[in-house]
Amino acid sequence: MLAAPVSTHSVPVIVDQAFVLFKDWLVSFLPPSWRPAAGVVLCVIAIVCVFPGLFALTTVFERKGLGRMQNRYGPNRVGPYGFFQPVADGIKSLTKEDVVPLNADVVVHFLAPLTLVVTVFMGFAVLPMGRNMVLANLDAGLLFFFSMSAATELSVFMAGWSSRNKYSLLGAMRAVAQMISYEVPLLLTTVAVVMIAGSLSLPKIVAAQSGYTGVFPHWYIFTPWGLASFLVFAIAATAETNRSPFDLPEGESEIVAGYHTEYSGFKFALFFLGEYLAMFSISGIGVTLFLGGWSAPLSFLNVVPSWFWFFSKVMVSIFVFIWMRGTLPRLRQDQLMNFAWKFVLPFTLLNLGVTALWRFMGEGWARWVVSSVILVGVYVFMGRVGMFKKHFGPRSYRYAE
Amino acid sequence: MSPIFYVLAVLTVAGGLAAVLLKNTVHCALALTVAFAGLALLFLNLDAQFVGFAQILIYIGAVAILVVFAILLTRGTETPQAGVFSRSWFVGLVIAAGVFSVLGWAVLQSARVLPQPSAIPSVTVHDIGVALLGRYVLPLEIVALLLTSATIGAVIVAMHEKGRPQ
Repeated sequence: MLAAPVSTHSVPVIVDQAFVLFKDWLVSFLPPSWRPAAGVVLCVIAIVCVFPGLFALTTVFERKGLGRMQNRYGPNRVGPYGFFQPVADGIKSLTKEDVVPLNADVVVHFLAPLTLVVTVFMGFAVLPMGRNMVLANLDAGLLFFFSMSAATELSVFMAGWSSRNKYSLLGAMRAVAQMISYEVPLLLTTVAVVMIAGSLSLPKIVAAQSGYTGVFPHWYIFTPWGLASFLVFAIAATAETNRSPFDLPEGESEIVAGYHTEYSGFKFALFFLGEYLAMFSISGIGVTLFLGGWSAPLSFLNVVPSWFWFFSKVMVSIFVFIWMRGTLPRLRQDQLMNFAWKFVLPFTLLNLGVTALWRFMGEGWARWVVSSVILVGVYVFMGRVGMFKKHFGPRSYRYAE
Repeated sequence: MSPIFYVLAVLTVAGGLAAVLLKNTVHCALALTVAFAGLALLFLNLDAQFVGFAQILIYIGAVAILVVFAILLTRGTETPQAGVFSRSWFVGLVIAAGVFSVLGWAVLQSARVLPQPSAIPSVTVHDIGVALLGRYVLPLEIVALLLTSATIGAVIVAMHEKGRPQ
């Protein structure tokens, strides 16, 4: 949340920059040499407070939403409409006994949830959450984000391995294999955005999408390559965060709870927090890359503060995560791997070529037609070829008849 | 040489030593990750953002994972009873010292031979991209070819042989 000179003092600008101005006001009580460091500390405190708060709200909304989809009430006992349920859950997990298995590797078992949460929190440092609201405006911000999300894989492995439990280890292996497989298309879709925006800096990528044609924005999702990238990104992001339908690492009917089977009490709560924070941060990066970051969806809506748009978009994306969890059944392991390597990856590589074509065909309608035809044609062709090999017929049951 | 450099250097060297000296192979791999992270932080300390983040992404995100997978899928994680030193540790030590001295000599020579830049250059990601696809495009293509052939080789090794039941 770097300070920038605020030229006009109209009400929308002040509301838009409210948090930045508040931070500058707080910092101004300190001697000048302390101010940059104090500003960073304040931003970190804000991130560490806001996102776990959102996490608490999201758990209630998720349980209530899933309840609605499954024809039941969901939590409705603690507080009005059950909204204090996360407080009760938090107190419960703080006071629960912390059980560590006798054979577990104590140090690694202890470090795994910590490294997970720390690396997930690091990703928020480069997310532009509003105009002038980014903690670290790094030149290679996108790379920083993905290097941090890659570092979480190791903590998942540490959790699974150190528990000395077959289910934990299997869950960890599944999780790591899945995260590595889907990380490749995830990174390649962001490469398409970098090719067009010409920068790895997230505020610059937002700035590149900030124009409007009439009232409609120049978001990358409204281009053929951007739409294709966004769909692949959404699939890969769901797999990266181990959310349904990609929640095989926690498939309770097969491997109890996956890599956090042997965690209880507050360490389990940290894993839970880490999963939801990863959802927030990957949604934030998706919003930044494809949905214009903090810019308004229609040009006349720019009077509404920028941070409102960022958090609205993130919460809409969280809603889609919950919606999919209530809708789709879990994939099978071979389906998961085949889908990643035989469909998503070739399609992403093709999309990179289409993006380059888009970049060099120049302005005009021709590039819209050409890239749309290539993408749709290849999508249909690959789908047909894949279906042709499968020999779908009437379902046969081995034991159930 | 700021105090941060010394902290990071101690972290990196301690990680490397632990990777050699610990008994449990998975602990060694995790200690190696600490050394990788220390190296990445050293790069960042030198303002080399791109290299530092790429180090984390590739070495911690991919190489360390590959190492632990290799350990788990092959020999298991049993700890050796006879200690961690192999019988040829002295030869290994001599070879390592030789390689280190040659590298150190080359680095020290280059500092004397090459002209010293007057100011610290500010290298952006854009500059790195231009250099990679401009002046250094041939090495880049050769590396790409090498990696592609390695990938094809890995797929061929992993493929089911024809005529044998799967």
